[in-house]
Amino acid sequence: MIGRFFKRFYLATIFVFLYAPIAALMVLSFNSSKYMSKWTGFSLTWYEQLFSSELIMSALRNTLVIALLSALIATVIGTAACLGINHMKKVPRTLMMGMNNIPLMNADIVTGISLMLCFIAFGVSLGFGTVLIAHITFNIPYVVLSVMPKVKQTEKSTYEAALDLGASPLKAFFKVVFPDILPGVLSGFLLAFTMSLDDFIITHFTKGAGINTLSTLIYSEVRKGIKPSLYALSTILFLAVLILLVIGNLPKKKNHEAIKER
Amino acid sequence: MNPSLIRLEGVSKTFDNTKVLDELDLSIKENEFMTLLGPSGCGKTTTLRIIGGFEKPDTGKVYFDGKDITGAAPNKRPLNTVFQKYALFSHMNIAENIAFGLKIKGKSKSYIDDKIKYALKLVNLDGFEKRSVASLSGGQQQRIAIARAIVNEPKVLLLDEPLGALDLKLRQDMQYELIRLKNELGITFVYVTHDQEEALTMSDTIVVMNQGYIQQMGTPEDIYNEPENAFVADFIGDSNIIDGLMLKDELVEMFGVRFPCVDKGFGTNQPVDVVIRPEDVELLEPGKGSLEGVVSHLIFKGVHYEMEVMAGGFEWLVHSTSCFPVGTNVSIHVDPFNIQIMKKPESEDEEAVGVNE
Ligand SMILES: Nc1ncnc2c1ncn2[C@@H]1O[C@H](COP(=O)(O)OP(=O)(O)O)[C@@H](O)[C@H]1O
Ligand SMILES: [Mg+2]
Repeated sequence: MIGRFFKRFYLATIFVFLYAPIAALMVLSFNSSKYMSKWTGFSLTWYEQLFSSELIMSALRNTLVIALLSALIATVIGTAACLGINHMKKVPRTLMMGMNNIPLMNADIVTGISLMLCFIAFGVSLGFGTVLIAHITFNIPYVVLSVMPKVKQTEKSTYEAALDLGASPLKAFFKVVFPDILPGVLSGFLLAFTMSLDDFIITHFTKGAGINTLSTLIYSEVRKGIKPSLYALSTILFLAVLILLVIGNLPKKKNHEAIKER
Repeated sequence: MNPSLIRLEGVSKTFDNTKVLDELDLSIKENEFMTLLGPSGCGKTTTLRIIGGFEKPDTGKVYFDGKDITGAAPNKRPLNTVFQKYALFSHMNIAENIAFGLKIKGKSKSYIDDKIKYALKLVNLDGFEKRSVASLSGGQQQRIAIARAIVNEPKVLLLDEPLGALDLKLRQDMQYELIRLKNELGITFVYVTHDQEEALTMSDTIVVMNQGYIQQMGTPEDIYNEPENAFVADFIGDSNIIDGLMLKDELVEMFGVRFPCVDKGFGTNQPVDVVIRPEDVELLEPGKGSLEGVVSHLIFKGVHYEMEVMAGGFEWLVHSTSCFPVGTNVSIHVDPFNIQIMKKPESEDEEAVGVNE
């Protein structure tokens, strides 16, 4: 009895520590008072303020456009890379996968500063373009990581069977190979999209003066003093990422069911 | 005689510094059921993939109907393949799988529907149009793979160990079904297997391969009754391969005993390999045959008894319908025309090449 109670208590404590801060933030975003110390009633003022702020809205646009574009381009490059790597011999393949993993483990600050130095060294002025390039760069390894297992699973023989039945290599790829790796490509895309939404440090170093994403905007606003409209923004961000994560995990579940049905 | 439809000339292929095929010549006639037979790793699949266009030979040429197709892409060749692992498209249903090649060729919907019906009937799976690939058993998937290939009306069907993954009973059923299919369609089959029984059952012509060389090519009867070298004899069925000495034409000495035989032209006092099939060894009462021995093993095999007889320091494999218990003294007799003489290979390389070169 006591053991079971302790187990539940332990689990509950962990969840409280994990989610209490976010819950507090969400609650406060609906507080009509400006001060976080007292609750003066429910209101949507901060959400109104949020959506009427040109600064925040342009940062939101930048964030979404960069996340979408970088995820898309990284997905194309990463998927192509997987196909290439899969056709390599064992040693170069292992080498390539190792090299793919290094940037993942690299501290963001190192990636950010080295990208910034690189742009400056080549005389590229920092701005929207450099942020986009930086995001594509750090997104590719994630795409490779989630597409590779699917590519490995696909039988080379189905591609060859399509060729055998008269399909051109391109047609064979899109009709036969692509549907097989699609779940991996989709989850790679979603992963890249969330990673890009989430990023602060690398964006901070590569963005230059004129442009902000949500995370860099929040950072600079916080230095001037916290406005509750930022709570509202953080709440929306959190929920958006949560929804993406749920969507990203759906296809996997379906696959399991399909396997069970067999 | 039918003209040759596919011809390989001097085809060589090397993978990672190992020569898989060495100057292979092969000619496949129209309407022939040709089987490439050999142990695993001897280059059968590679040969088939070169015909299908999935591998490029390092040297040599591939001709189809007299035209050089060595450089042609797989999707440009008038032949279809049934892959070892079926290679069905799992995200399409059965009808879509079968329709794949026809859709690419831009056939009309009604033509395609007719073809699907016809092909499913041909492989005894009528009504399977809407089924998913995953819901089919191995044997059914294999038949769909065959249906998917034949709706394209290829002149040649390449089959790479198509029955390898099936259990024995199903395999035997499918063997008959394939022969029936081939006769109904009247097309050329190039069939790869490592199973000698399968090859003997189904083929018009068997090509026995080892280490990238053709060891012998001929009808199943030729290959079984007159193996050209010890490799073929050993690979096709069970056999006794004995060191012998060819004393002169039509007389060979084994274990110090002279056996009359029917082979000529090996010279005098030449060491040779002698092949005797187990069913050709006759066991007689002691003293009545040529070589005395003792039965050392006995197994009942259903159709016959399989025995091992120790005679002349050699363990003879014997198949017989009469039973001789272990320990029985027997005398071995072999009819002259059941003794097959083969020249000994002079080097290891020649062992692979075959002795008739
Ligand atoms: N793509 C390849 N890369 C490297 N080696 C290969 C390749 N394909 C076949 N081989 C080698 O070539 C030899 C012959 O293979 P294969 O033609 O598949 O033989 P079989 O079908 O008779 O079993 C084997 O030793 C195999 O390991
Ligand atoms: Mg093979």
